[in-house]
Amino acid sequence: MSAFIRVLQPFWRNKLARVGLIVVLIMVAAAILAPVITPYSPNDTNFPAMLGPSWQHWLGTTQNGQDVYTQLVYGTRSSLEVGFVAGVLATALALIIGLVAGYMPGVVDEVLSYLTNVFLVIPGLPLMIILAAYAPVKGNLLIIFVITVTGWAWGARVLRAQVTTLRARDYVAAARFAGDSMLRIVFREIMPNMISLVAATFLGAAVSAILAAAGLQFLGLGDPSINSWGTMLYWAQNSGALLQGQWAWLFAPGFCIAALGTALVLMNFAVDEMANPRLRKKG
Amino acid sequence: MRYLLRRSFMLLLTLWSAITLNFLLPRLMPGNPAEVMLAKFKGKGTMGPQAIHAIKVMLGISNESLWRQYLQYWDNIFHLNFGVSYTYFPYSVMHMIAQALPWTLALIGVTTILSFVLGTLLGVWAAWWRGSWFDMAITSIFTFTSSFPYFWFALISVFLLSFVVHVFPISGGYATYMTPSWSWAFFGSAVYHSVLPAFTILVSSLGGWQLQMRNNMITALNEDYVVLARAKGLPERLIAVGYAARNAILPNMTGFAMSLGFVVSGAILVELVFAYPGMGDLLYNAVSNEDYPLMQAIFLMIVVAVVAANFIADVVNVLLDPRIRRGAETA
Repeated sequence: MSAFIRVLQPFWRNKLARVGLIVVLIMVAAAILAPVITPYSPNDTNFPAMLGPSWQHWLGTTQNGQDVYTQLVYGTRSSLEVGFVAGVLATALALIIGLVAGYMPGVVDEVLSYLTNVFLVIPGLPLMIILAAYAPVKGNLLIIFVITVTGWAWGARVLRAQVTTLRARDYVAAARFAGDSMLRIVFREIMPNMISLVAATFLGAAVSAILAAAGLQFLGLGDPSINSWGTMLYWAQNSGALLQGQWAWLFAPGFCIAALGTALVLMNFAVDEMANPRLRKKG
Repeated sequence: MRYLLRRSFMLLLTLWSAITLNFLLPRLMPGNPAEVMLAKFKGKGTMGPQAIHAIKVMLGISNESLWRQYLQYWDNIFHLNFGVSYTYFPYSVMHMIAQALPWTLALIGVTTILSFVLGTLLGVWAAWWRGSWFDMAITSIFTFTSSFPYFWFALISVFLLSFVVHVFPISGGYATYMTPSWSWAFFGSAVYHSVLPAFTILVSSLGGWQLQMRNNMITALNEDYVVLARAKGLPERLIAVGYAARNAILPNMTGFAMSLGFVVSGAILVELVFAYPGMGDLLYNAVSNEDYPLMQAIFLMIVVAVVAANFIADVVNVLLDPRIRRGAETA
C-alpha cells in the first residue's frame, strides 16, 4: 500500500495532475463497483426502447431496451482495460526496442531505428483498420493487438534518443567494467534514470489506445456485443439515436472517453515537469 | 546533401516495406479472406476474366510461387492497375478513388492548414503570456478538446447545429437533388455542406498544435539568445516572433508535413459521421463490405502520400535549419 501511495505522490503534488488522478480513480472505482452503483444489468433488454432521460433511466434507454446509464458504468471496465493493457504492451515494446537500439550502436541500432521509422511513417488509423478488417475474429483482444502493433514506435524513438545520451555516463561504463550483462545494464542501470520518460510514454500510449479503441469500435470493428463506450456510440449511431433526439445516449460515452483522455494528459503534466524543469511555473 | 540522400534512402526503404506489407497481409491472414471475397464476387454476376485476374494477382489467389506473385503485384502497381471494386462493381478501383480524392483534399487539406496556422499562433501567444488568464484558459480548454474523439464531437455538432437548430445540413457533400458540376450553385452547396465537418475537425485538432507549440516556445524562451535579445533591448514583438517562435516552430514542421500526407486518408471517422463523399468514407465502405482490392489501393495511396510528405519535410528542414546541414557535413 505504501508503495502504491509513493507512486501516486508526484501526481498529487501538481494541481492539474491531481485533478487527473482523481478522475482516473473515480473511474476505476466505478468499474469495480459497477453492480453497486447501478441496480440494473447492462444486458437487460426488458425496458421500453428509446426512452429519453428520466428518474428511472438517467440517460434513457437504447433501441433494444437497455439502460444507457448502466451500460455506461459497465463500459468503464472495457475502456480502462483496453487503455491499460494496450498502453502497457505498447510501452513494453517501445522500451525493448528503444533501449536495445539506443544501447547498441551499429547494425542493431540501424535495423531497429529503420523499423521504428517505418511504423512512424505508416499512418496508424488506416493500418489499424486494415489489420482489423483482415482478421477473422473480432473482440477486445484483436483491438489490443492492433493498437499495440501500431502504437509503440513513437515511444521507441523517444526512449532510444534518451539512452544514446545516457550510454556515455560513467556509471554505465563502471557497470560494463564490472562485467554486467547488457540486459542488466540497460534495464537495471539505465532505465531507472529515465523512469519519468517511461511513465510519459505509458500515459501517452494509454490515451491514444483509448481513443483508437473507441474509433475502431465505432467503425464496427470491435465485437458489438461487448459493452464499451465505443460500442455504445456504434449502436447509438446505427439505431438513429441522433434523429430520435436521444442526446444523452450520444453525449455520455464520448464525454467519458474525452474525460478519461484529459485526465491522463493532465497526469502527464506532472511527469513532464519532473523531466523538464523549464516547464515548471516561475515562482 | 548527404543528409538528404540518407533520408531519401530511408524513405524509399519505408515505402518498399509498406507496399510489401500490403502485399503480404491478405496472404498471411488465416482463413484466406481473399478467396471468400472472390467467391462472393463470382456470385454477383458477369465480370471479365481480365478483371478477375487482376484481383487474383493483387490478393494472392494463385498457384504460382510467392515470388512470381510479388513481381506481378509490382507490375500492377506501376500500371496503376488495382482491379475492379467489389462494392461499386462495374467501376474500377482507380475510378472510385479519383472520385473521392478531390472532396477529401479540399476539406481536410484546408482544415489541416488552418488548424496548423491557428494552433501555432495561439501557442506562441500562450507561451509569451505564460501564466496569464489567457494562457490558463486556452491551455486547459485545448487539453480537453485534444482528448475528444473526433467522431464524437462531430456527432454532437450535428445534433446541436443540424438537428436541434437547423443551421447546417445533416450529411452529404452537396445537396441530394444536385449532380456534381462546375457551377456556382453546386460550389456553394459543397461549401455549405463542408462547414460543419471542417469545424469539428478544426476544434478537435487545434489543441494538439497549440500545446506542442506552447511547449517548444517555452523551451526556446529560456535559451541564451533570447536573453541576449532582451538585454539588447529589442522590441518584444521581434523577440517573440523573430527569435523564439522562429526556432520553436522547427520541430513542428515535420509533424505538419506528415499531417499533410495524412490528408489523403481523410478524416475517416468524421467523414463517416457526415457521410461525406471522401476517401475516409470510401475506405470505411471498402472495409465494411470486405472490398479488399479497394482497401489495398487506398492504403497504398495513403502510404505514398505520407512518404512524399516526409520527403518534403526533410527538404524544408534542411532549407530552414542550418544546423541540420552542418551536422550532416561533420557527421
